[in-house]
Amino acid sequence: MAAMAVALRGLGGRFRWRTQAVAGGVRGAARGAAAAQLGRKVAVVDYVEPSPQGTRWGLGGTCVNVGCIPKKLMHQAALLGGLIQDAPHYGWEVAQPVPHDWRKMAEAVQNHVKSLNWGHRVQLQDRKVKYFNIKASFVDEHTVCGVAKGGKEILLSADHIIIATGGRPRYPTHIEGALEYGITSDDIFWLKESPGKTLVVGASYVALECAGFLTGIGLDTTVMIRSIPLRGFDQQMSSMVIEHMASHGTQFLRGCAPSRVRRLPDGHLQVTWEDCTTGKEDTGTFDTVLWAIGRVPDTRSLNLEKAGVDTSPDTQKILVDSREGTSVPHIYAIGDVVEGRPELTPTAIMAGRLLVQRLFGGSSDLMDYDNVPTTVFTPLEYGCVGLSEEEAVARHGQEHVEVYHAHYKPLEFTVAGRDASQCYVKMVCLREPPQLVLGLHFLGPNAGEVTQGFALGIKCGASYAQVMRTVGIHPTCSEEVVKLRISKRSGLDPTVTGCG
Amino acid sequence: MIFSKSYCPHSTRVKELFSSLGVECNVLELDQVDDGAKVQEVLSEITNQKTVPNVFVNKVHVGGCDQTFQAYQSGLLQKLLQEDSAYDYDLIIVGGGSGGLSCAKEAAILGKKVMVLDFVVPSPQGTSWGLGGTCVNVGCIPKKLMHQAALLGQALCDSRKFGWEYNQQVKHNWETMTKAIQNHISSLNWGYRLSLREKAVAYVNSYGEFVEHHKIKATNKKGQETYYTAAQFVIATGERPRYLGIQGDKEYCITSDDLFSLPYCPGKTLVVGASYVALECAGFLAGFGLDVTVMVRSILLRGFDQEMAEKVGSYMEQHGVKFLRKFIPVMIQQLEKGSPGKLKVLAKSTEGTETIEGVYNTVLLAIGRDSCTRKMGLEKIGVKINEKSGKIPVNDVEQTSVPYVYAVGDVSEGKPELTPVAIQSGKLLARRLFGASLEKCDYINVPTTVFTPLEYGCCGLAEEKAIEVYKKENLEDRVIGFHILGPNAGEVTQGFVAAMKCGLTKQLLDDTIGIHPTCGEVFTTLEITKSSGLDITQKGC
Repeated sequence: MAAMAVALRGLGGRFRWRTQAVAGGVRGAARGAAAAQLGRKVAVVDYVEPSPQGTRWGLGGTCVNVGCIPKKLMHQAALLGGLIQDAPHYGWEVAQPVPHDWRKMAEAVQNHVKSLNWGHRVQLQDRKVKYFNIKASFVDEHTVCGVAKGGKEILLSADHIIIATGGRPRYPTHIEGALEYGITSDDIFWLKESPGKTLVVGASYVALECAGFLTGIGLDTTVMIRSIPLRGFDQQMSSMVIEHMASHGTQFLRGCAPSRVRRLPDGHLQVTWEDCTTGKEDTGTFDTVLWAIGRVPDTRSLNLEKAGVDTSPDTQKILVDSREGTSVPHIYAIGDVVEGRPELTPTAIMAGRLLVQRLFGGSSDLMDYDNVPTTVFTPLEYGCVGLSEEEAVARHGQEHVEVYHAHYKPLEFTVAGRDASQCYVKMVCLREPPQLVLGLHFLGPNAGEVTQGFALGIKCGASYAQVMRTVGIHPTCSEEVVKLRISKRSGLDPTVTGCG
Repeated sequence: MIFSKSYCPHSTRVKELFSSLGVECNVLELDQVDDGAKVQEVLSEITNQKTVPNVFVNKVHVGGCDQTFQAYQSGLLQKLLQEDSAYDYDLIIVGGGSGGLSCAKEAAILGKKVMVLDFVVPSPQGTSWGLGGTCVNVGCIPKKLMHQAALLGQALCDSRKFGWEYNQQVKHNWETMTKAIQNHISSLNWGYRLSLREKAVAYVNSYGEFVEHHKIKATNKKGQETYYTAAQFVIATGERPRYLGIQGDKEYCITSDDLFSLPYCPGKTLVVGASYVALECAGFLAGFGLDVTVMVRSILLRGFDQEMAEKVGSYMEQHGVKFLRKFIPVMIQQLEKGSPGKLKVLAKSTEGTETIEGVYNTVLLAIGRDSCTRKMGLEKIGVKINEKSGKIPVNDVEQTSVPYVYAVGDVSEGKPELTPVAIQSGKLLARRLFGASLEKCDYINVPTTVFTPLEYGCCGLAEEKAIEVYKKENLEDRVIGFHILGPNAGEVTQGFVAAMKCGLTKQLLDDTIGIHPTCGEVFTTLEITKSSGLDITQKGC
């Protein structure tokens, strides 16, 4: 799909718009709404190509339909499962074990997503943004066209066109049976029936999050990882995320790559894989195989060459400058479809808003892609902002980096008798006073909520000294961040004891 | 002085240690004297240590074999042996709560001879507790755990909508919860004792009372008195819940000092007061399914942003807590004894002559806290207190009117009554006293969170206060106050406080990218000002 905010130039097309957003992802909507607020004539063109398994959804893009929103809700369902196990320790007399009904959860989640789809449509209408549910592609550098449901061709032309078509999950098409029998994150949230025993292939955050909540709701879940987990994230934190998942029932097949998927006569899927170090083959039987090996940009069907928009030959993503401008001056691109940008909803939203303010609001503010915070909603959440330890060392040298860290135990874990081995926080700083904070990494409950404010602190140029002068909020997990006294270099035990 | 037994190998090691240091010492072999067993009994009373060897150096109790060797390794033993000081200790701290303990530990780390006197006077209902002060025993820790228990009740309801299937009638068992929480607290008490011992801080479970300059009398549970002297003192005795001073209050009412270890479910409860303690307790009690009423004299959460306070109240009201506004109790009568019993409460209106009556199982008073400074002999050494509040005025280095006496934590006047503040000020005080740093405690932008059913986190100025200080026009640029009402408010607030320390502006808030989907991200997209009057209901992402 594509969201374009288009401003028609007043030439002879059937529709004339000043700004057009192709593909109504979150960013498309943000941009469209913002542009419309600035008094421009805007159209959003959005179309969801059904997944190979036939899943389709409404307006709002990946985040709302097959990303952050359903993912976090299913994560929440899994967290609730953990809380149900805690409850007896806190005096609630609930008989264990408590079974989980996928259908009920999925229906509730899907209903919420549908209400958001509706909300986005209303919002566009309120702001007088014209919405076309058509699959659009470029005709020339000012015109896109698409075919409406009735077969009628619609031609839209605009002064400015913004491409925000996002990405879709990649299928390993070289693997026999992958496309036929596998599903992706495009499908999992819309399954009517429980996926059952599941093999998740991949080590991306999508893979780990899905495996996490599937395990959490009681499904037999295995993750197959060829090389390293959470590439690009701090590797110490990543390995602790995996450690925690493994100790909570997710099975891992490390250093393995699948070679084929077959459907057995009883309907189960037989997966064959190879151990990459020994070369030995092995097989397993699953109800569901979920590919989460990465995403590809949705640029192929846009006929970008007709408009002259350049893409990266390696990734097929659109190349832009710091103003989000493509190789064609009045065509812009934002969000996951753009080369070298963090693939995150809030980044896309802000980039969209700033772009429109520059185009029509007389602003010159550029999007700052540094220190973008994010959180991986694995069973133990991992929130981070800024540089990983490896990246900090690579940029500044081991000698100039100081890492403060702590193993802490969330108060709520004590009574519930939960293991807190992986509850860990580290702050990566420059070593020289006042020790500028380069990165913060937090593993624990509510990591997203904890990280947000500190992301802002880092934006304000926080130093280690300033963070240490901040008074804690007691008793919380986030106070551990302002009490980080032990440096890795000191070699002292970073385990927090007592309240002091 | 070594109390030893001739056959004990640990005693032999200790004796060898002292002779290797060239120190002559008195040794009493308890197995070789007639009243040895009696002496050991007395030792156990004084020192809480039953075993031998039991080592004293220059009247200071060091401990057993391990502690003596630890003291030797840390250098404390050598310091004790020097005995060049005119005083027994470099520092005596009265009060083993958050502030006192952090100060003690830091002073000990800096190589000082430190003693902590901690004694919990039982509540009128007879409740007492171990080392660690209010926060650990009858404050933050048990309160947050009970809050968590109540949140779990809510989570159980939610979980059915997320597909979890169980019998809807889930009951809450007060005893199970309380026992689990008290077990955790005991482990914390123990942890504190251990950490004092590791740092060679002398801990005496006695009530401290000044008798003359630099000298304090310590009275233990049994009434035995011991005198200690020190070069400097820190008072960190905190506060205790206030009573109404009406008929029946001390006899029949409980306070937060009693609630967390109450051996039975409090049943139908009247909470008197509108402090955060009152609302937090009312919140979790209602969360367990109890019938809870809050009697409020005037406003909710005095000192907090009043718009937020009212929202906290309405959320509680929607979740079953009843509020009786503008009433104060005038008499409490016992109708029936029991666990819980039945109490009749007579209350009168603050505005008219109307009186009302109600019957409750439990009446919880949460109308404020008072410092307990009047029975400490402060007048004997000239430490001034605020006659009205009993609090101790201090300057910006926590010093009282007597130069060698300091005060930290809730007992000091005009300081935020919060654990992390006490910890920070205690630690920094020790560093300044013993030359490690000049840094003063910064009391600006101290955050806090009220753990009501819907949590309220805040830092900086309330809206009313901001308007008073800055006038209405200039409110929307620099961030001078932060307020959030919602789940995990404490977790959300902390980082924003760090940012406020670094000079947060609205522009920087707008420039920061959100973490999606979280509650915290709303602060990065606050576009609507109050003065605009626009609708602030969130739609979509």
